[in-house]
Amino acid sequence: MDAYLSRPGSAAPLLEIRGLVKHFPLTAPIGAKRPVVRAVDGIDFRVFAGETLGVVGESGCGKSTTARLLMNLISPTAGEIIFDGFQVGSSQMPMKTFRRQVQMVFQDSYASLNPRLTIEDSVAFGPQVHGTPAREALARAHDLLARVGLEPGRFAGRYPHELSGGQRQRVNIARALALQPRVVILDEAVSALDKSVEAQVLNLLLDLKAEFGLTYIFISHDLHVVRYVSDRVMVMYLGEVVEVGPAEQLFESPRHPYTQALTQSMPSMDPDHRTEHVPLAGDPPNPIDPPTGCRFHPRCPQAAPVCSQKAPSLAGPHPADAVSCLMHAPGSGHPLAAVTANGTRS
Amino acid sequence: MTDAVPSNPLVSIQNLTVRFHSGARPVDAVNGVDLNISRGEVVALIGESGSGKSVTLRSLMRLHPSKSTRIGGQITVDGIDVMRLGGRALADYRGAIAAMIFQEPLTALDPVYTLGDQIVEAIRRHESISIADARKRALDLFERVRIPSPERRLAAYPHEMSGGMRQRAMIALALACRPKLLLADEPTTALDATVQIQVLLLLRELQRELGLAVVFVTHDLGAAVEVADRIAVMYAGRIVEEGSTRDVIRAPAHPYTLALLQSRAEGSMARGQRLQTIPGSPPDLSRLPPGCAFADRCPLADVTCRSTQPPRVVVAPEHASRCLRSHELLSKAP
Repeated sequence: MDAYLSRPGSAAPLLEIRGLVKHFPLTAPIGAKRPVVRAVDGIDFRVFAGETLGVVGESGCGKSTTARLLMNLISPTAGEIIFDGFQVGSSQMPMKTFRRQVQMVFQDSYASLNPRLTIEDSVAFGPQVHGTPAREALARAHDLLARVGLEPGRFAGRYPHELSGGQRQRVNIARALALQPRVVILDEAVSALDKSVEAQVLNLLLDLKAEFGLTYIFISHDLHVVRYVSDRVMVMYLGEVVEVGPAEQLFESPRHPYTQALTQSMPSMDPDHRTEHVPLAGDPPNPIDPPTGCRFHPRCPQAAPVCSQKAPSLAGPHPADAVSCLMHAPGSGHPLAAVTANGTRS
Repeated sequence: MTDAVPSNPLVSIQNLTVRFHSGARPVDAVNGVDLNISRGEVVALIGESGSGKSVTLRSLMRLHPSKSTRIGGQITVDGIDVMRLGGRALADYRGAIAAMIFQEPLTALDPVYTLGDQIVEAIRRHESISIADARKRALDLFERVRIPSPERRLAAYPHEMSGGMRQRAMIALALACRPKLLLADEPTTALDATVQIQVLLLLRELQRELGLAVVFVTHDLGAAVEVADRIAVMYAGRIVEEGSTRDVIRAPAHPYTLALLQSRAEGSMARGQRLQTIPGSPPDLSRLPPGCAFADRCPLADVTCRSTQPPRVVVAPEHASRCLRSHELLSKAP
């Protein structure tokens, strides 16, 4: 089990992301300036060993791009990733070593499996690439399939199209665990499943986390599920992190107006107290040409003139508990902010 | 069938069966659905994939390919026998009496025409009206569904708009010929949370203003509670429970509904606590069991459940369930 645990005695984060940027260039007429999609635009965050970090935000906010950047499935425009104290890509932490420590489960369970491989071969493939003898890899694949609830005798020789969506997602989870990773990135991993199957897979994920001492980065647009599984939650908007904090605190008393709108948008489940007012008007703006100042100001009910000129930065009592809003930045010039830097905010 | 049927429902579905013959074995997607919908009423059809909710909805529009589908039973909408419609009469019915909105507007809208042109075409197919007047009505509709700068948007192509705006445009298109029945197939599932609630509130408001009857198909109980007057829960091609939204959510009378409510990762559920799950998976629609289709996954099931098809039992006024043990379930509820 020791291999699973992070280096003892360190309060250092297992994974630290600094200034991560990804711009996708678009095509433009010859001579004209090429516009870029600012999918991820300078984000910093940390993931601590053993925690589940939930990542929420609407489509286009950069949450999936962030996941793909972490796995180096796409290369970042700028920024660095530090894993276990070493910069990823350096000689102490080469990409291949990093990749076996961080694995990913995608939303589309069918597209992420090779249709021509039986599921035991799919699960055993990764370990073989990393040098495990075939026989041993296959034995481990059978163990893992049994662990995720797919009895190897019945399922091991099947092809992906012979399984249901929930079963296929279990295969993907088994495959992610085959390399004995420390971090698993779950990108909308339960979103395509029916509610009753989703509950089964969520329970499985919680069990596996406890059993193997895993760290999860759980990306989802479903706020109920994120609240249920996460220790901490990070809220993204238009390529930036707007708020991060402990899950209960973030859902009970959200600080950023966007987080407030998100939590108010969750259906009430109470026929006598239906939602009567739209918490947030409009659609997320275009990440090609984001608004100046605070990117949320055109939709923000509390926006002041200063918000369109000055961009807030992520600040708070702790880097793991912070908000990016001028209302919470003393001396920012927002009417609701404290006047001086050492004053308390209203 | 003992509770009072509304004297003159807008929609009456009786013993609807739908069987698909496209695969190796015939698939029984809908197995005897009875449903009445009054004018101005919103009914949510809830269920998981393969429960028959979308197939039921599409039957109301007669969208199933006739070659590979056998449909049985009766569907009457506004006095029209929908099963007998064909050719021109069917085209007259679609859009003018019943209109439909889909989950993915980008595939439902025509990519090579502007939204304005698509709406004008729909109006002029059903009414003899000038292009200018039809355009005026399209503009009214865009204002009504709260599309900002509607004039400019009428000239836009579907790919130029965001998901939420496209869904609004599709609602405008569906309302273009003033239908009496709006069929909505997971209209908010593909939308972001903040946009989803906007579209749900818009649908509720339009429904009230225009007195529309709406059938809202969704797998999301939360969305159903926000819009529906009544909820019908489907499982393996049958309506297993039906009642007012309040009754179904507060006092579910079918074990499947109860399990669905309990498996949700929300409400009073404490973080880290295990979710209650429904064991197993839905039955194979090409070989349904003789008894209750949920029996294999049901904690209350006994021998009788597996051998007999449970009849529809009225457990309270306007609240019915297809479960032999629904009274037991209700008496145990807190």
